Amino acid sequence: MKAFGKIFGYIVLIIAAFLSLFPFYFMFVSGTNTNNQILSVPPKLSIGSELAANFEILVDKVDLLTSIWNTLFISVVYTVLALLIFSAAGYALAKFDFKGKGIIFTFVMGSMMIPSLVMYVPLFEMMIEIDMTDSHWAVILPMLANAFGIFLMRQNMLNFPTALLEAGRIDGVGEISLFFRIVLPNIKPALGALVIYMFTSMWNNFMWPLIILGSEEKYTLPISLAMLDGNPTNKNYAVILLATAVATLPILIIFLVFQKQFVAGVMGGAVKE
Amino acid sequence: MTKKSFVNRKTIPYIMIAPVVVIFLLFMVYPILRSLYLSFFELVSGSYEFVGIKNYQNLFKDETFWKSLLNTCVYLIVQVPVMIGGALLIAVAVEQKFMRGKAFFRTTIFLPSVTALVAYALVFKVLLNGDHGLINYVIEMVGGKGINWFYEEWPARFAVIISITWRWLGYNMIILLAGIQSIPGELMEAADIDGATFWDKLFYITIPMVKPIIMFCTITSTIGTLQLFDEPFILTEGGPNNATITMGQYLYNNGFRYLKFGYASAIGYVMTVIIGLLSIVQFKATKED
Repeated sequence: MKAFGKIFGYIVLIIAAFLSLFPFYFMFVSGTNTNNQILSVPPKLSIGSELAANFEILVDKVDLLTSIWNTLFISVVYTVLALLIFSAAGYALAKFDFKGKGIIFTFVMGSMMIPSLVMYVPLFEMMIEIDMTDSHWAVILPMLANAFGIFLMRQNMLNFPTALLEAGRIDGVGEISLFFRIVLPNIKPALGALVIYMFTSMWNNFMWPLIILGSEEKYTLPISLAMLDGNPTNKNYAVILLATAVATLPILIIFLVFQKQFVAGVMGGAVKE
Repeated sequence: MTKKSFVNRKTIPYIMIAPVVVIFLLFMVYPILRSLYLSFFELVSGSYEFVGIKNYQNLFKDETFWKSLLNTCVYLIVQVPVMIGGALLIAVAVEQKFMRGKAFFRTTIFLPSVTALVAYALVFKVLLNGDHGLINYVIEMVGGKGINWFYEEWPARFAVIISITWRWLGYNMIILLAGIQSIPGELMEAADIDGATFWDKLFYITIPMVKPIIMFCTITSTIGTLQLFDEPFILTEGGPNNATITMGQYLYNNGFRYLKFGYASAIGYVMTVIIGLLSIVQFKATKED
């Protein structure tokens, strides 16, 4: 019975791991084959020699470099801003008592329940009003109203020893340098988690950029992918999957390097009060 | 110091919180209120006209809206339990003492949840292709009949469900894993001494101990499913015959394809109310024990 249980456990995990990995394998391998090879029954599942040819078609169809640059720019700017603003807010909420703190915290937490979709029409209107449609800032700014990031920072600041702050104050350290020189360096793991979370959520963001960006030279990778797929004339799956692989690879590498921070970012939400 | 600086212990929290307050007022509070306001208006040749609750009345008579609600419910009822159950099973398996390669299994099973929704949906679109897809090939190889995934109602829904489950199972598994790891080891040891079986431990120790985490996963998955957009948009475009359209997609179509801002806002508000109600029900369910 015990042995049977062990075997069963391994079977479950091996199947789960295989199913998790296979679509990645399929995606990467398909980028090196032709459209016909992918659509033959069964599809070709070994590495082919068409990578360069597919790449040529891909860069001919979409401005891949611009797309990558746009996505990178938006994701990096968003992450840096979020890091500054959220860590400051988390610090204030965790380590100070001030008027309105309760209301602000309750509202921020409550906003997690509000579907972001409900805000897109007014935000779209607003961006038209201030003539900011089709701009990368219009993608970045509204996404900064992100409760999860603030919550993650606050949770991590709660454990920060108050005695350390008091010691700094006695030594005459100003409040601003207290934050930048003592608080932030001491919560690096949490900052790492926030960076990863913010960066990937923006890198993968689709709906809001789709609404607000109108011209091809502003498109981010997910939009370029969707457009590549949405174009019905001579659909080439090898090229689509190659583009998908290009969009996925950076995040995959970041994940494999910063696994710990990734997991911490995911867990942050589950931390109990 | 002779003069007190503007930045001091009293003012610093306000300075620190100010950016978030400004951002939330501009990009959260204002849009929420504006959306409510807009839901009572109709855009007629470029200007808003007050129509009272007409948008809501039309919404409740709108077959496509009901269909989008039904589809969302199907995703919720089928996908969320399957995914959370699977995630729990895998998390428990990974945490078994005898298990080797824990880190490998954790990493690989979590991997899907780093992919962009658009990207993985495209991969599944190819895998599930009716005539040439690998999944149908495997089904036929084991003696089944190939499924016309994207052209029949239920298969199309299941195509969406299969894809979402692939993307989010590992994510929930990692969260559940944290819960399981926090169960005191002595508890399991005591159960072992008493001769408890694997299932005894699962149902009498693990599940009750991680119940709050299970609820957390259920609530976040519910909220996520109610806002589903990217996957059906790419996989099925809501078809066939609106069989997979979600509320999010219907809102998008009305707001940004047909520019019916008032109607789209009404859809958004109905969604908000549904999410609010479901969250309250689920929170209550957690609090009861």
